[in-house]
Amino acid sequence: MCLALPVEVIALGADAMATVNLGGVKKEISLALLDDVQIGDYVILHVGYALSKLDPEEAAATLALFAEMQAGGFAAP
Amino acid sequence: MGAAQEKGRKAYARQLDLLHGRVDLTHGSGGRAMVQLIHELFARHLGNEYLAQGDDGAVLPAPVMAGARGRLVMSTDCHVVSPLFFPGGDIGSLAVHGTINDVAVMGATPLYLAAGFILEEGFALQDLDRIVASMANAARAAGVPVVTGDTKVVERGKGDGLFITTTGVGVLPEGLQLAGRLARPGDAVLLSGSIGDHGVAIMSQRENLRFDAPIASDTAALHGLVAAMLATKAQIRCLRDPTRGGLAATLNEIAAQSDVGMMLQEQAIPVKPVVAAACELLGLDPLCVANEGKLVAICAGADAPRLLAAMRAHPLGRDAAEIGEVVADVHRFVQLTTAFGGRRIVDWLTGEQLPRIC
Amino acid sequence: MKYLDEFRDGALAQLLARKIAATAEPGRAYRFMEFCGGHTHAISRYGLADLLPPELRMVHGPGCPVCVLPIGRVDMAIALASTPGVILCTYGDTLRVPASGGKSLLKAKAGNGDRCSDIRMVYSTLDALQIAREQPQREVVFFAIGFETTTPPTALAIRQAQKEKLANFSVLCCHVLTPAAMRTILAAPEAEQGGGVALHGFIGPAHVSTVIGSRPYEFVAADYHKPVVIAGFEPLDVMQAILMLLRQVNTGRAEVENEFVRAVSREGNLKAQACMAEVFELRDEFEWRGLGVVPHSALKLRAAYAAFDAERRFDVAYRSVPDQPACECGAILRGLKRPQACRLFGTVCTPENPVGSCMVSSEGACAAHYSYGRYKDRH
Repeated sequence: MCLALPVEVIALGADAMATVNLGGVKKEISLALLDDVQIGDYVILHVGYALSKLDPEEAAATLALFAEMQAGGFAAP
Repeated sequence: MGAAQEKGRKAYARQLDLLHGRVDLTHGSGGRAMVQLIHELFARHLGNEYLAQGDDGAVLPAPVMAGARGRLVMSTDCHVVSPLFFPGGDIGSLAVHGTINDVAVMGATPLYLAAGFILEEGFALQDLDRIVASMANAARAAGVPVVTGDTKVVERGKGDGLFITTTGVGVLPEGLQLAGRLARPGDAVLLSGSIGDHGVAIMSQRENLRFDAPIASDTAALHGLVAAMLATKAQIRCLRDPTRGGLAATLNEIAAQSDVGMMLQEQAIPVKPVVAAACELLGLDPLCVANEGKLVAICAGADAPRLLAAMRAHPLGRDAAEIGEVVADVHRFVQLTTAFGGRRIVDWLTGEQLPRIC
Repeated sequence: MKYLDEFRDGALAQLLARKIAATAEPGRAYRFMEFCGGHTHAISRYGLADLLPPELRMVHGPGCPVCVLPIGRVDMAIALASTPGVILCTYGDTLRVPASGGKSLLKAKAGNGDRCSDIRMVYSTLDALQIAREQPQREVVFFAIGFETTTPPTALAIRQAQKEKLANFSVLCCHVLTPAAMRTILAAPEAEQGGGVALHGFIGPAHVSTVIGSRPYEFVAADYHKPVVIAGFEPLDVMQAILMLLRQVNTGRAEVENEFVRAVSREGNLKAQACMAEVFELRDEFEWRGLGVVPHSALKLRAAYAAFDAERRFDVAYRSVPDQPACECGAILRGLKRPQACRLFGTVCTPENPVGSCMVSSEGACAAHYSYGRYKDRH
């Protein structure tokens, strides 16, 4: 619930550290709470640690959901 | 080497060690050590005919305005920025630009600067040399010389390395009046360029916040831009530079002084993407972050297009934008329409803007 | 900024606003609580309330760890900071929280003439560990606040300190748990009474959920028959979640749905959960500002990590300190009153001079309303 941001992993370092990029700003953060992070992955960053990986397909699906033209709400559950 | 310099060299047993030397209490005591510091460091960089007079005060010619009598504008500014060196500038260039700008936004042509230095015992002469050289460059580039100054030294622990106070004096043509109380409903609010650059450049250097971002301070002398704006003869009510507290503070100040409100458009306010990203990471609001090379202009609504064109034609106003208008409001709120179409207030900064986790 | 800008698009916001307006049944009142302070801030900062139908009201919940931090805990931090030799490291959010006797960490940092405390603002536990390494002769105490988003980093820091045998590092643990707080809100007797304060659904926290998953909220639907929609952090996420809540309420459903599918799964981050479980255990009870004493709602260090527990290393004990009598933070945190209902709001209590914690944190309901929305009160 606190300030956390999606950032792109651009380099992997020792001791589970990584360099990430957000809009041109680079920072060293820890990947110690995740496994299998690759360069190019997006992670959610909070207080210097990556908490979760962002799924690009789900992100695209969510955006498509916003843009659906019908108002909905009347379909059967 | 000239005779005067020969004489100078014989007066001091040894030249100042600008590489490894440190400020000590004798440099502020008024004795030979202080005079040497002034000669070999301050005057070497800042040297001009007024400073060379070497008296307690500089004797300056009375300002000449074409035709009618003008008035004097004087302004002073204290600089305690930390760190002393940052991308895009240092405390020296900041001190010169800041006071030039305070004089310029009154509509006056800045003429002369005075500079006072409080040095902490132990401060590296190498750093002092670098800072004073930077001041000299800034003053020379702006065409506004430092004509008099003072130095004091305080004991170790009693000062944060270096504090600089600059005072500037300029001349205001008769008939021109710019003031915070003159904004009225229907006026346009213009901004000379992107906000947040300086504050973020500073924060990126601070201890405990480690990240490298290609953001440089926007510190700059704005008197040339101001002159170009005044030359349009647009009806300008007020000019102000949004330093500490950012755009939010400046607009709230003007709204309070003029007893009006403002309505801004969020999407019209220029913020560099990389500054926006840094603010996201730190949990800062760009509207509250300090700037050192930008100005806000309030002008008659009809004159906005002409004034904006003149700003954009100047190198320091390339990204100038009309960001809102002045409205009648007894509560004097500065409001903003978000990119969403929703509304919110732009309030004064509360306390120190601290990066947050939540 | 990828994955941020797209989720703040104004045109999509207008589209979602129309969908919400079309879905809300005319004349029917809806009260949804956004639990998380980050959502409170997003709603205020983007002016989202203007895009919602008037009969739909967002109620601000207690999901702001600064807001729920009781005075007594800040007093402990101040006491530790003023212990000779201690460097207290803290996130920026806590510095201005008012403690006993008009004190705060910020004021303690400034000192009172003869003595000031060495208090350092840090962005991460990584910074605090570094200070401990660089200053082996000083005691470094980390003031750990936050919900489950912020807890795994603290756990990692403690494990790292143990691995490196950092003898001068300890943690004042004030981590609290989201499901316990939600249960307290739901179980409160006032919530069952009429008077228009019944809640019809919850917007679940974004980032807490990346750690704990969506499963821990299922009790809300099962035991209290209220829907929960976990929403991402951006304003479009919040709007979509509101739309999903409306659909559930209209059709009488009470389920846990996940709008934040791009980052949240049902199980959450198991590695982070394991890390927390290894280092921390449940406190029997913990006092929350506004919610009172709540059982099994907060964490403390396990015995195996006692060496890093500031409460055991130093002579500091928790003392409950009552709130200022006129301060309505309690009712506001539970969503029972709005900031404007507090007598102190905007007069005695302002962001410059906060009386209660809802005004200190920019996510607190009072600060958010004061800073972004108080123009509405005047019209």
